[in-house]
Amino acid sequence: MGLQLVVIQALAGLASAMFLFLVAAGLSLIFGVSRIVNFAHGSFYMLAAYVTYSLTQSLPSSPWSFWLALLVAPLAIAALGGFIEVALLRRVYRAPEISQLLLTFALVLFFGDAVKYLWGVSNKSVPMPALLAGSVPLWGQPFPVYYLLVIALGPLLMAGLWLLFYRTRFGILVRAATEDREMVAALGEDQARLFTRVFVFGSWLAGLGGTLAAPMVALTPGMDATVIVEAFVVVVVGGMGSFSGSLLAALLIGELQSFGLLVFPRLPMILVFALMAVVLIVRPWGLLGTPPPVLRGESGAAARPPGRSLAGRLGWLAVGLGLVLLPAGAGPFTLLVAVEALTFALFACSLHVLMGYGGMLSFGHAAYFGLGAYGAALWLTRGGLPMPAAAALGTVTAALAAALFGLFCVRLRGIYFSMLTLAFAQVAYTVVFQWYDFTGGDNGLLGVWPPLWLASPQAYYFFTLAVVGGAVWLLHALLRSPFGLTLRAIRDNPRRALTVGLGVASHQYAAFVIAGFFAGVAGVLFAFQKGSVFPDYLFVLKSLEPLVMILLGGMQSFAGPLLGAGLYKLLDTVVTAYVEYWSALLGLILIALVLLCPQGLTGAVPSGWQPWRVSRGH
Amino acid sequence: MRTYRRVRGMWGLCLVLLSSAVLAQPIRIGEINSYSGVGAAFTKPYRDAVELAQEEINAAGGVLGRPLEILFRDDKLRPDEAVKHAQELVFQQRVHFLMGTFSSAVGLAVSEFARRHRVLFLAAEPLTEALTWQKGHRYVFRVRPNTWVQGRILAERAARLPYTTYAVIGPDYEYGHKAWEGFWQRLQALKPGVRLVSASWPKLGAGEFSAHITKIVQAQPEAVYTSLFGSDWIAFVKQATPFGLFAKHFFIGILLGEPEYIDPLGPDAPEGMLVTGYPWYAIDTPAHRAFVEAYQRKTGTHPFLGSLVGYITLHSLARAIAAAGTLDTERVIDAFEGLTVPTPIGPVTYRDFDHQSTMGAWVGTSRYDPTRGVAIMVDWTYVPGEQVLPSREEVARLRGQ
Repeated sequence: MGLQLVVIQALAGLASAMFLFLVAAGLSLIFGVSRIVNFAHGSFYMLAAYVTYSLTQSLPSSPWSFWLALLVAPLAIAALGGFIEVALLRRVYRAPEISQLLLTFALVLFFGDAVKYLWGVSNKSVPMPALLAGSVPLWGQPFPVYYLLVIALGPLLMAGLWLLFYRTRFGILVRAATEDREMVAALGEDQARLFTRVFVFGSWLAGLGGTLAAPMVALTPGMDATVIVEAFVVVVVGGMGSFSGSLLAALLIGELQSFGLLVFPRLPMILVFALMAVVLIVRPWGLLGTPPPVLRGESGAAARPPGRSLAGRLGWLAVGLGLVLLPAGAGPFTLLVAVEALTFALFACSLHVLMGYGGMLSFGHAAYFGLGAYGAALWLTRGGLPMPAAAALGTVTAALAAALFGLFCVRLRGIYFSMLTLAFAQVAYTVVFQWYDFTGGDNGLLGVWPPLWLASPQAYYFFTLAVVGGAVWLLHALLRSPFGLTLRAIRDNPRRALTVGLGVASHQYAAFVIAGFFAGVAGVLFAFQKGSVFPDYLFVLKSLEPLVMILLGGMQSFAGPLLGAGLYKLLDTVVTAYVEYWSALLGLILIALVLLCPQGLTGAVPSGWQPWRVSRGH
Repeated sequence: MRTYRRVRGMWGLCLVLLSSAVLAQPIRIGEINSYSGVGAAFTKPYRDAVELAQEEINAAGGVLGRPLEILFRDDKLRPDEAVKHAQELVFQQRVHFLMGTFSSAVGLAVSEFARRHRVLFLAAEPLTEALTWQKGHRYVFRVRPNTWVQGRILAERAARLPYTTYAVIGPDYEYGHKAWEGFWQRLQALKPGVRLVSASWPKLGAGEFSAHITKIVQAQPEAVYTSLFGSDWIAFVKQATPFGLFAKHFFIGILLGEPEYIDPLGPDAPEGMLVTGYPWYAIDTPAHRAFVEAYQRKTGTHPFLGSLVGYITLHSLARAIAAAGTLDTERVIDAFEGLTVPTPIGPVTYRDFDHQSTMGAWVGTSRYDPTRGVAIMVDWTYVPGEQVLPSREEVARLRGQ
């Protein structure tokens, strides 16, 4: 490898590192100060790129149209960010983490559809500004001027940020708030104003990134997802809230990819998430991050203990009876939708055990759902086992994966735990996606059907009902057992639990494996319903579905997620058949729920009749 | 006596009315495709053409005297979602046949459902060869030529070119790899001594290729083969052009001459590339001209490849039903096997042993057309499927029989 190759390859890596840094910087800043994980940051990036497109289209003859866009588009996005912060986010700073996450996720859904509505779904292209369209020779090889500009912009931006944060009062406040926002509030600084200004500035950075990237990429409604995932990795690897950390991580990832692909043509897909996992294991708060401050008075997403009152039992009985009688009055498709709803009810319930009762918010729960499905499918199609054996081994596969990943995950807290679960899930997804000889890769595994005695929709419905009913009953019993009580004690105050001699890590680990196991059961049921398994089942979007269900149904009660799953599947089946912009609608529903009814639907039921929400022992 | 005759006449009238009411019951077809999300840009022309074909067929009296009714469903590019719709269409809506799908994974999932429940599924656009070969079965048929066929067609042309060192860049999923393997195996057989000097597999939708581009630059291949498409292809062109990649290397691109992929690039489209595609502007047969005119009348725009596929898909299914003379799935399949269907691009046959249609592909060179402001294909030829599809024995081997 000659020096020339090294330099050219390094420059290419540097250019992509700078794009990464631009987006990640704003994300990191917002998280550092307000502790909001802003999924919509990628949407802002995308919107800026589309605004740039519209501006350059409306002034096609002017050589200055791009430069005008560079000025206007980020400002427009900053204004939008300010509006969103004041109108929406400000209301959830004290809400549980999950509500904040789902609110920004709802914005992603909404803006995704807004872009489709406003600009259409076909790919758009922003012309390169004439001044920067050319290239300069480096060792006889042309190198694009635009990349050189972007590379130069990185240090400039860094210098600007340094001046801002170390030489202005705003910057000093931001740094202080990142360190200890309650102290800043106690000193009389208006927190609300500070948060708004930080959010506006962070959005401006996302807008700048989107505008600068526009001439180099194709504009497509999916570009937000790509960018937000990469930006997240950068922020987590570098340390949340640390600018220099983000820069370091962006450089590291950019160059690692650039040189890594020289050696391994197929490496980069797994590389970034493997790197994130390793960094989180070795240095949970990132390369240059500081350990998270202990937050006082933080409200968690605590679920109340499951009850056993008479009213509660009657409610369960009524629902159970209704489900048993359902096939009498329902057609085969209704039953299949019910099977899907039951499956996801168990999936959501298993996550709820981890999140609501264990205080551990997983972003990668689909890994165990998907590995359960794949385990069963592999034992069935490759192992030649009959369905019951394959199904049992599928759940074991999921539990084993949870046992392995859990070893590392339960050592972390809060958002770092969430990120590590996400990293592991993405690694598992990539392995399944790329291992063609074993998993069938993205073409999946076909022929995963139950035996004949379960083939009819009625039979499979009763089978699913029995399995899900039994599993939910087990989880309910588990949460009422000493184990469940201990788990809640740890959730509410890990330090005190440790002091009184409880095995904090071992309990959390056990909860993680149990949740993984039951997610695996749901995955197995899902696989045999669909007849085929695909890598999609492990993807991050599948991890988000149970979270949305939990929020819909209400995370305070044990029954909330079950109800939420039913409602979500109903909406998903009925509404999507009639509404073209169903994502936007789901987003609006989520926003309304988070703001108006943060306790979910089980929290919205009038207090006179709440069979499933019993507060005894509270 | 007169009363008796009158009564008998009324009975007869009733019977005629009743039977025509039964006969006028539409034939229901479930059509599953990626109508929202990133797939929508490609499925819109497809759907327009399906509707065009439906109007034509129904205006001509339908099939077996019954009109066609099409129930469109959006799979959101997700295989499990597609299976849900297949269940709804078959169990609840009682459709007679299934058709459609765009992504390979979705196509395979619906195909598996069709096999299990013995429903005829006519796959339109999925490109994976597994659909009709390795995973093929009695209940699935496919219209579009798969990756293997298109790669082979490109290899036949590339073998006549002087280039011996190649680089490849494609999206890291089944399509990207298979689109290359079909080409490369054939090229190696035709032209021993060709060498692969650089391989790049960025993930699908990566959007950022600078390091892959510099890698290709450094490897100094004579020719570059690419299976990138859609937004990845646009981004790659924008990023690779200032590196001088298209000026220095000969490019071969699978599917990249299709209006779906070449139109969005406008004047930026690289010239002189060897591509497969669809030169709708230059196919000068009466049948094709009529199709283009009808399509333009309906939509106000020119056809895309997806339009042609959609049009052929519904007409093929209608022909098969008419040939069977019944809606019985097994008998329609029997009639479909070996059926030759007239299409705007000439007769296409559904082979009896693998259910793959013999629709071929156009191969040619890209060149900018200033009158339309987009690049077009020149020096093109149409290679019919019969010339390149594997034989009955080869398919049997692929299926492990």
